[in-house]
Amino acid sequence: MFEYLWQLEPLWKVVEISVMISLLIPIAATLVWVERRMIGIWQDRYGPNRVGPFGILQPLADLLKILGKEDWVPPFSDRLVFVLAPIIGAVCVLMSFAVVPFSPSIGVSDLNIGLLFFLAMASLAVYSVVLAGWASNSKYAMLGGMRAAAQTVSYEVFMGLSVMGVVLLTGTFNLREIVLAQTDGWLIQTQFVGFFVFLIAGIAESHRLPFDLPEAETELTAGFHTEYSGLKFALFFLSEYLGVTLISAMSVVLFFGGWLMPEPLASWLPPLFWFILKISFFVMFFILLRTSLPRPRFDQLLSFGWLVMLPLALLNLLVTALLRLGGII
Amino acid sequence: MNIEFASVEMLFYLAGAVAIIASLKMVTQKNTVHALLYLVVSLLAVAVCFYLMGAPFAAGLEVIVYAGAILVLFVFAVMMFGLSVDETLHAPQSRGISNWIGPMLLAFALLLELIYAIDSIDIQQKLTANIVDAKQVGTLLYGSYLLAVEIASFLLLAGLVAGYHYAKPNSDMHSILHSQHNKNNQRSS
Repeated sequence: MFEYLWQLEPLWKVVEISVMISLLIPIAATLVWVERRMIGIWQDRYGPNRVGPFGILQPLADLLKILGKEDWVPPFSDRLVFVLAPIIGAVCVLMSFAVVPFSPSIGVSDLNIGLLFFLAMASLAVYSVVLAGWASNSKYAMLGGMRAAAQTVSYEVFMGLSVMGVVLLTGTFNLREIVLAQTDGWLIQTQFVGFFVFLIAGIAESHRLPFDLPEAETELTAGFHTEYSGLKFALFFLSEYLGVTLISAMSVVLFFGGWLMPEPLASWLPPLFWFILKISFFVMFFILLRTSLPRPRFDQLLSFGWLVMLPLALLNLLVTALLRLGGII
Repeated sequence: MNIEFASVEMLFYLAGAVAIIASLKMVTQKNTVHALLYLVVSLLAVAVCFYLMGAPFAAGLEVIVYAGAILVLFVFAVMMFGLSVDETLHAPQSRGISNWIGPMLLAFALLLELIYAIDSIDIQQKLTANIVDAKQVGTLLYGSYLLAVEIASFLLLAGLVAGYHYAKPNSDMHSILHSQHNKNNQRSS
């Protein structure tokens, strides 16, 4: 009887992927409410608190509203690319979650180049914004798309360099093995500069405030998604909030030991819960950053990247390599 | 085991077919951005081929470097200069048969090589037998091919310096443009 069970294994993967996607999308939608609510509290006002208890059903109301809107494709746009752009963004971010190890037993794929896969998907996600800007065929969208291209291509470089310290210390690109290598101590102890660079580059990659120049509403109306409405606009929103969750998850996996916790704490909760708790902490940090920091000018953003972040990332890699060579860490 | 091997082979041919079709569409497209998108698809398909042939590191780099960085810059340039409309109008019109002979000979040589590679079992086994991981690539790059890496880095450095030189704000070109701009402003006010 059990001989046939191995044939069900691909099916089990399909179930795992379906469950993950059907959990991630509502989580991203709820994050919109969490963000508005938290910003409200930090700014000493209520935020959305009318729909359901504490306003928790607000995402549902938003969804109904978005479904009721006209899904308009402007006649002056490039129809094919216009429709394709939001889908690329959402697919790339969802694909990245495939390599995230959630707990000792949960995780879609233990790809041996997991970290590279994450970087590749992050670099493909930029097409979503750039093509949206180009296909909209309007000035604001075009300016937003060009900003996005320059910003993302630059910050990709620092993101890649900042995690190379982690790869150097653990000796693998496999994210599960990276987590397991942190059993004796999280990598943040030695890679705090790498973490700093990774976090800033991550915020820039998911173009969140203060690095939301591609959609800076005071200058560009709504930047690259000016012409979008209805479900396509919702897809951009979805990929932004999924991006926040993804960068938080990757920070936890690479620098904060994934699902691992020091011993007295580890037995209190299952590993998955510790992982989710750590992710929530970073998501809150992202939201706090949004409320508290002003937006820089575009040239300031780029020169900050190339003049501060690049030397920092290179120096971090160099010092890590030297210490490793000397056998100190 | 046999079933698994067959499915891997099937995936490989599927990805190869996608790469070929996308490349053909890329060459025949009139719209520059659409052509670039087909090129991205073609590169992704080639990355899948690399992965299936046991070179995951090369596949990852193919996506990150080519699809994720270089072609984004291409799209950026197309957007910046508004080249998306049909550019064949400005292209040099050369339809003489003499232009075709060189490329045809080169392509024929490549075809012969391909047929030999597909035909020879020895090469087939070498291609699919071992997995080339990141560590092996690194050891080769910083071991036996160190000189090539250094030369490539010199080339890139030269490109970087040249780019910096052209983009420097206080070059002559910029001052000329700037003075003209000032004159125009004075006239308008």
